[in-house]
Amino acid sequence: MTKLTKLARSIWPALVLTVLLVAASLLSLGASGSTAEIITEMMTRIVMVVGLYIFVGNSGILSYAHIGFAAIGAYASAWFTCCTLPMVKPLYLPGLPDFLLNNAYPFEVGLLSAAVASGGVAFVIGIIFVRLAGIAASIASFAFLAIVYAVYGNWESVTAGTSSISNIPVVVGPGIATMGAVCVVWVAFAFQSSRYGFMLRASRDEPVAARSSGVRVRHMRLIAWVLSAVVAGIGGALYSSFMGILTIDNFYLTLTFLTIAMLTVGGLQSLSGAVVGVICVTIVTTSLRAMESGNWLFQLPKGMQEIGLGVIMILILIFRPKGLLNGREFTLPKRRPPQKA
Amino acid sequence: MAYFIQTLIDALSLGSLYALAALGIGLLFGILRLINFAHGDYITIGAYSLIVPSTAATTTVFIGGWHTVPLILAVCIIVVAAALLSDRFVFRFLRRSHPATLMVASFALGYVIQNVILAIYGSRPKSIGLWPQLSRFLVIGEIRLPILQLVVISSTIILLLLLTLFLYRTRFGIQMRAASDDFMMARYLGVRADFVIGLAFAISGLLACAVSLLLVTQTGVLSPTMGLGVVLYAFIATVIGGMGSLTGSVLGGVAVGMASSFLQAYLPPDARPFRDAFLFGLVVLLLVVRPSGLVKVKGIEERV
Repeated sequence: MTKLTKLARSIWPALVLTVLLVAASLLSLGASGSTAEIITEMMTRIVMVVGLYIFVGNSGILSYAHIGFAAIGAYASAWFTCCTLPMVKPLYLPGLPDFLLNNAYPFEVGLLSAAVASGGVAFVIGIIFVRLAGIAASIASFAFLAIVYAVYGNWESVTAGTSSISNIPVVVGPGIATMGAVCVVWVAFAFQSSRYGFMLRASRDEPVAARSSGVRVRHMRLIAWVLSAVVAGIGGALYSSFMGILTIDNFYLTLTFLTIAMLTVGGLQSLSGAVVGVICVTIVTTSLRAMESGNWLFQLPKGMQEIGLGVIMILILIFRPKGLLNGREFTLPKRRPPQKA
Repeated sequence: MAYFIQTLIDALSLGSLYALAALGIGLLFGILRLINFAHGDYITIGAYSLIVPSTAATTTVFIGGWHTVPLILAVCIIVVAAALLSDRFVFRFLRRSHPATLMVASFALGYVIQNVILAIYGSRPKSIGLWPQLSRFLVIGEIRLPILQLVVISSTIILLLLLTLFLYRTRFGIQMRAASDDFMMARYLGVRADFVIGLAFAISGLLACAVSLLLVTQTGVLSPTMGLGVVLYAFIATVIGGMGSLTGSVLGGVAVGMASSFLQAYLPPDARPFRDAFLFGLVVLLLVVRPSGLVKVKGIEERV
C-alpha cells in the first residue's frame, strides 16, 4: 500500500494533468462541431506549449524559436502525408524529391518525419545556441524564428511560398489530439523528473553552483532544446493535420505570442502551469471572440481578443509573476506524518 | 565601381537606421536589463501619428502636412509620451523582475500597441509622401547619390554626437552612465532611479522618433508591423555588438545594415529572397567566434 502511495505521489502531477485533459476532451463528445474544433485546437496548442515548456521551464531561457520548429514539423509532415488528391503535389510543390512527389504516406510517417526534421534542425542550431548567455540566446532564437519564416515563405518549390498547401488529409480530431497532448505531458514529466531535468533546473536556479558541482550546463541545455523542438515539431504536424491546410503565416508572431502568453499565464516554471495556462487562455480568447461576434449580451469592438489577451498577460506578470500556479505542480494533498514515539 | 559606391551609401544609410534603433534598445538594456520589444511599436506610433486616424483606404495627412519644425516636434512629443507612458503603466511595476519577465512584458505591450493601431487604422498598408523634396538625386560623374540617404547618414551622425556630448558632458548624462554601470551603487550615491529611467525612456523615444521619420520618408508606406521589421535587425545588432555596450550597439547596427545591403547587391538573383537567412547565418558564425559580441561588457556577467 505504501509503495503504491509512493508511486502515486511521484507521478501525481502527470496523473492529474492526464485526468484534466481527458475530462476536457470528453466535453467534445456530443457537443457541437465548433466545440470539438476548439478542443482539438487547444490540444494541439498544449503539445506546442509543453514543447516550449520543456526548454524554457527547465532552463530558464525564454525561446521564441519553437513556433519555427512547429513550422518545420508541420511542413515535414505535410510533405509526406499530403495530399488527398494525387495531382496536388506535382502541381504546387514541384521541388520535392520523387519519393515524396508521387506518394502519400500515412499520418504516422508524417509525425515521425516531423520529429526527425525539427529535432535535426534543433540539434544543429542548438550547438551554437547553447553557447550564448540567457538574453542573447533569447534574441538569437527570435532571429531563428525570422529565418524560418523568411526561408519557408520564399522557398516556393517545396512550400508553395506565401500561399498555402491545401488538401492535407484531416486525420486529427479531438481523440488523437488529446492522445498526443497526454503523451507529451508524460514525456515532459519524465524529462523533468530525470537527472537531466534536475541538473538543468539546478543550472537555472544557481548557475555557478551547478557548474561547480559538475553539471555540464551546455549539454543539458542541448538535450532539453532538441527534445522540446521535437515536441513542438510534432505539435505543428498535429496542427496541420487538424486544419488540413498549411501556410507559413500561421506560424509566426501571432502564434508565438499566443504560446508564450499561455505559458506565462500558467507559470513558466511548472508543467502543470503550462497545461493550465493553455486551458485558461483558450477559455478567455474563446469568450472574447464570442463577445466580438456579438453572440453575447453586448458586443465588443474588433481586436479586443488580442488587446485583452495582451493586457491580461501584463497584469499577470505584474501581480503574479510566477503565473497562476505560482511555479508549483499539482501535488497529492499531504497527510500528516505519523508521530514517532 | 559606381555600383559599389552606390551600394556603400545604401549600406551606410541602412546601417544608420539600424544603429539608431539598436541604440534606443541598448540604452534601456544598459540601465534596466530590459530588452524592449515595444521599441518597434514606438517607431510605428511615430509613423502613424502623421496621418488622420481612420480605417479608410485613402490616407489623409494630419501632422504629416505641417511645416518641418513643428512636424518633427509634434512627432517627437507623441513618441516620447508613448515611451514614458509605457514605463509609467507597465515597466515601473516590474522594477525588481527578472530580465526574462521584463522581456515578456514588453513583448505583450508591443502586441497590445500593434493591435490597438490595427483596430484604429485598419490592417491595410497605407502610403504617405513625406518630404518629397528629399527623393531627388545628386549626380557626381557616374554616381547618382540619393539626397535622402545622405540626410539619413548625416542626421544619424549628428544625433550620435549630441548623445555622446549629453552622456559625457552633462550631469544627467553622467548619472545615466553610472546607473548603467552599476545601478545599485549609483542609487547609493544619490542618483534618483525613476528619474534616470524616465530619462532613458525619453531618449529611447527620441531615437525611435528619428528612425520612424527617416523610415517613412524612405519607404513611404505605413503598416502596423513596420517597426518590428526594423527592431528585429536592431536586436541582432545589440547582440553582435555586445549586450550592454552603447558603442557596441552602434557598431552592430552599422554592421548588420551593411551586411544586409551588400548581400542584397551581390548575391545571385536566385538567392536574394533568402538574404535574411544568409545574414542571420553570418550573425551565427560571428557568435560562434565571439559569443559575447564585438564589445565585451564586464558588468553583464554575473560576478562570483
